[in-house]
Amino acid sequence: MEILLVIIIGLLHAGGLYMLLRRSMFKMIIGLILLGNGANLLIFLLGRLVKGHPPVIEDGMKVFADIYADPVPQALVLTAIVIGFGLQSFAIILIKRVYNVLHTDDLDELNSTDEEI
Amino acid sequence: MLIAVILGFIFAILVPFFSKFVKKAIPFGYSLLPLSLFIFFLQFLGEIKSKGHILFHYQWVPSLGIDLSFRLDGLSLLFALMITGIGALVFIYTTYYLKGHKYLDRFYGYLSMFMASMLGVVLSDNLMSMFIFWELTSISSYFLIGFNNEDPASRKSALTALSITGFGGLVMLSGIILLQAVGGSYSFTELLNSSEIIKNSTTYGWIIALFFVGAFTKSAQFPFHFWLPGAMKAPTPVSTYLHSATMVKAGIYLLARFTPLLGDTFWWNSTLITVGAVTMVFAAIHSVLRVDLKSILAYSTISALGILVFLIGIGSEKALLAAGIFILAHALYKAALFLITGIIDHETGSRDVTKLAGLQQVMMPVAVAGFIAALSSAGVPLLLGFISKEVMYEATLQFGDWAIILTALAVLTKILLLVAGFWAGIKPFTGTLPAEFGKAKLPSPLLWIPPFLLGVLSLGFGTFPSLITESLIQPVFSSISGSDTIIQLKLWHGFNLVLVLSILTLVSGGALYWFLKPSNDLFQKTVRFEAISPQNIIEGGGKLFGSFAGIWTRFFQNGYLRNYVITILAFLTLLMAYRLFGEVNIYIDWNQISAVSHYEIIVVVLMIISILFAISTNSRSVSIVALGVVGFANCLFFLFYSAPDLAMTQFSIDTLTVLLFMLVLVKLPKNKQYSSKGIKMRDALLSLLFGTLIAILTLEVFEEPSSSEVSKYFAENAYILAKGRNVVNIILVDYRGFDTMIETVVLVIAAVGVYSLMKLNLNPSKKDL
Repeated sequence: MEILLVIIIGLLHAGGLYMLLRRSMFKMIIGLILLGNGANLLIFLLGRLVKGHPPVIEDGMKVFADIYADPVPQALVLTAIVIGFGLQSFAIILIKRVYNVLHTDDLDELNSTDEEI
Repeated sequence: MLIAVILGFIFAILVPFFSKFVKKAIPFGYSLLPLSLFIFFLQFLGEIKSKGHILFHYQWVPSLGIDLSFRLDGLSLLFALMITGIGALVFIYTTYYLKGHKYLDRFYGYLSMFMASMLGVVLSDNLMSMFIFWELTSISSYFLIGFNNEDPASRKSALTALSITGFGGLVMLSGIILLQAVGGSYSFTELLNSSEIIKNSTTYGWIIALFFVGAFTKSAQFPFHFWLPGAMKAPTPVSTYLHSATMVKAGIYLLARFTPLLGDTFWWNSTLITVGAVTMVFAAIHSVLRVDLKSILAYSTISALGILVFLIGIGSEKALLAAGIFILAHALYKAALFLITGIIDHETGSRDVTKLAGLQQVMMPVAVAGFIAALSSAGVPLLLGFISKEVMYEATLQFGDWAIILTALAVLTKILLLVAGFWAGIKPFTGTLPAEFGKAKLPSPLLWIPPFLLGVLSLGFGTFPSLITESLIQPVFSSISGSDTIIQLKLWHGFNLVLVLSILTLVSGGALYWFLKPSNDLFQKTVRFEAISPQNIIEGGGKLFGSFAGIWTRFFQNGYLRNYVITILAFLTLLMAYRLFGEVNIYIDWNQISAVSHYEIIVVVLMIISILFAISTNSRSVSIVALGVVGFANCLFFLFYSAPDLAMTQFSIDTLTVLLFMLVLVKLPKNKQYSSKGIKMRDALLSLLFGTLIAILTLEVFEEPSSSEVSKYFAENAYILAKGRNVVNIILVDYRGFDTMIETVVLVIAAVGVYSLMKLNLNPSKKDL
């Protein structure tokens, strides 16, 4: 299973980078999100895959009795997902705004900054 | 000693404040600075004579082995005396020469800064601090040469001088670092003990080559000589100071200083002899082709520097002695000639040697000074120049197989220099005064006393060499050659070959002066060679380098963000791929890999398909939906592998993103095709490579055994310390609570940004949101 996940991580990174290199700002955001997903999955995978043992201590116990999934990567990924959302929503609104003002989605047309807005 | 060196810098900083308060008397007051320093150094004469050298040590950056330690021995004392002594004369001279100039105080500031840097160069024992002072001389000479800042030619000359000498300084720095690497110290005194180790090391060739570049650029040796004539754009006191005793002699000082340490090897001697000989002959020929007094002096200075390099290159005791005397003799007569040129220029407004004549009728004392200086430069008996010339011929005659050629070159140079010296020091003062200079008159004594004094010294030292033999020349000789031989300077050597050569020089030089009249035609004939002159070649090289830098910059800094990304990632990918395939053993430990169940396969396939869709589709909504599916599939993975919190977060966030996307972007027009097929292929290839690399890296990292100390600590203490059962939650809100708070702040900022972007209306007339 890990092999399959590794392939998916590679695919997400490749796809994300490809989209990041497009001229359309919309595609850039898609690329950003794909990359974010890939990175999250990567960190998660490196915490080792454990099935059916979430890092939650059972009722009545003070410590884990059984094996448990690594909580640290999970905490990291959780933070990353939330921050990623902040970034994405800001970027989405920003390109919407840019499009409204300049009527283009093409990054290369944003080179001159002197246009009156 | 430290105070003596940095006094000039302090003074340079204070000058602008002084002049605000006291206007008139100050220029004379300024001259007290070099004068008192001169006296300060004079009193070391006796101590140096008896002790050899004195060290002064001040800590600066001990952790890097850089100290402000100073070494006073014969050589540095001679230079210190010349720097401060001629400095004092130049200061006095300037008070009248630039009287009333609006930037006079600025000029004194530069001048004293330059003097202090020069003192630093010649006194430093630590090579690093020497380098710093060395560069300071380049910088302060830049200000001095470009003093007439409104004249474009002056600015250009200053820049040329700065770039050539500054470049040489940097090259020398690498030499210093190499030297430290081999010799184990930055201190010259300590390095002296490991001279043999350095000479036998493999990097010796590099060290001397780098030092040579530093010395040759500073001392205007061929092919770096051209900045010196250009530097004549400076006011005459500056030319006097920079070119007779200080700036250009710094390179000579460097070579002389390092002779006991690095010298006396085949490469050292042959390089110096070759470069010195080429320079001295080349510049001597040039000097008699010029008509501008300052140009004549500039080229004769280059030629004299060539002679010095040549003598240091020969390296025998006689030659080093000759170099030591010639440094002093040259400084005395060349400074005098420059000052006299300044007087002529000041009084007649002309420096054209073809026109100047008969000035002895109005300025007799100047004529006398010029006469003495010219005779000393020619090496007429009873003058210091004579002694230096005699010793020099002795040195070349002793040089084995090549003696005849070297002596011939030396004689030729001396003959030409004699002509140049006579043109500068005698010709303006003979014949009848042309009518156009009728208004010329004897200037203030402030102008003519300095060159007169220098002339007296040339005459005094030349007639009674015992005045300086023991007190000055002997220590100089010992510190250059490192030997203890007792030297003797005599006026009369008896009838021998040297005397014959001297007479030959004087007679043929005199004859040449008689027959060869300075004229512009001669100079014009050389112009056609301009295209292959070193100056042109180096300037062309500079331009080429500039345009190359332009192309390079435009290629990499092209303003397209994605091209930057491509460059960085392509480089990174290649580099990591090289490491991975070259040295890392890729393996998979199947014991660590868990089995695959059928529902997992479904999710994987789903994910791959949606990724491909998200990339390839042209429809905006389809790609948003595909993105949503990717997110949900991710969410399922989290769920499968014991991360319910992540799954929940991912689920809600993904839903929100898709909704936001749909609401905001669906109104935009259809995606356009911006890129051509070729570019798409290129990007796809790079992305695939990058993705593969990340995948392999992930696998490799995964295979590495990892330590989970941190996780273990959190898991074991989650309930005991933090009273919570969900360890992920405990980490976020308890152990890393502060992080989470900051993260919340970031989210709030993003939310404020989003809100204001939605509401902001830059153009009130259009309500387009």
